[in-house]
Amino acid sequence: MTTPATLPALSAYALSLGDDALILGQRLAEWITRAPQIEEDVAIGNIALDLLGQARVLLTYAGEAEGAGRDEDDLAYLRDDRDFRNVHLVEIPNGDFAVTMARLLAFSAYQHELYQALLGSGDATLAGLAGKAVKEVTYHRDHATQWVLRLGDGTATSHDRMQAGLERVWPYVDELFDADPAAAALPGVAADPATLRPPWDRYVDQVLQQVTLHRPEPAWHARGGRTGLHSEHLGHLLAEMQHLHRSHPGVTW
Amino acid sequence: MTALILPTVAAARAAAGAVPDPEIPVLTLDDLGVLRDVRVAADGTVEVDITPTYTGCPATAVIAADVRAAVEAAGARRVEVRTVLSPAWTTDWMSDDGRRKLREYGIAPPGPARTRGPVPLTLTARCPRCGSADTREVSRFGSTPCKALWACRSCAEPFDSFKAI
Repeated sequence: MTTPATLPALSAYALSLGDDALILGQRLAEWITRAPQIEEDVAIGNIALDLLGQARVLLTYAGEAEGAGRDEDDLAYLRDDRDFRNVHLVEIPNGDFAVTMARLLAFSAYQHELYQALLGSGDATLAGLAGKAVKEVTYHRDHATQWVLRLGDGTATSHDRMQAGLERVWPYVDELFDADPAAAALPGVAADPATLRPPWDRYVDQVLQQVTLHRPEPAWHARGGRTGLHSEHLGHLLAEMQHLHRSHPGVTW
Repeated sequence: MTALILPTVAAARAAAGAVPDPEIPVLTLDDLGVLRDVRVAADGTVEVDITPTYTGCPATAVIAADVRAAVEAAGARRVEVRTVLSPAWTTDWMSDDGRRKLREYGIAPPGPARTRGPVPLTLTARCPRCGSADTREVSRFGSTPCKALWACRSCAEPFDSFKAI
């Protein structure tokens, strides 16, 4: 099995973006039938579906760039956790609904800047995906923003739980903007993660300030997801996601 | 080898464009604007380009299969359906006829798409049943990726509204 370190840069980069979308899509799907309102079941299901669609394009492309004959299903269902390149942010458990919305705000605001940057990519597949996906994640970001504002501006309890959600999620934010060797090896193609940070900061700060939520200052930061170093949470998620495909290879509906 | 008459580009395009959308069957692919190009190669293979409405839209695979069947029924021996992402689909490509059919079906058609800036929240969807503009958004997301859920304050009916993207 090829490890991330030996993948061609374009394949590794597409895999990073695709794994982020795939794993968060899987996490969000856990909310279906458990969200606070039926409309929220539908909303989270739709957001998860958008992310799954982005992941399918990116994993397919990662497989083509690798040139070893792996397709989207091979990459989604037949890799172990050490071969996943997603950040820790997307793999931590959903927790409280406010945690989920804090994460969705952080991640969708990041994806919004990412896809904006990739609109100008010299790679036609990445630029083409970005043109579609930026519209989708604008909706996701807006949905998360509305919930953060509503909970932050609601009762003392909802405000405290929203603040606690931010505190839970913030140690995982920096990793989104860490330098990535795969991106650095693709000038004119990949987005430089560090350049996505200032517009992300501006967007998130103005959301939090509207409802007197404080931007957390975590004492530690997660690292290593892009090189395959994950928390135990990813293994459990993969066990559920991959179980059917691995138990019944080639099964179709 | 028997030389069969092959479909012209126009005939293949008409067959593909008339395929109904699997989730909103009052609309054809031409109405939706998802049929991007049809070519007939020298060997007679008909190549059809379609673009998904949303990257994760589950209807895309069904549409591809339906297009293949429709173009084969029009006389093509080999059909290749390609999914193209760029340029990104926008609801502005929906035909006027498609908008009328949506309204008659009970779905508010999309307004003009905004390509930059925040998603407009306050634009009113007109109730497709009674025509009232006194409506409210119930949920930004609906039964399919392309729709939001609204309700009419005048006639009290809930309805789907096609999201402008």
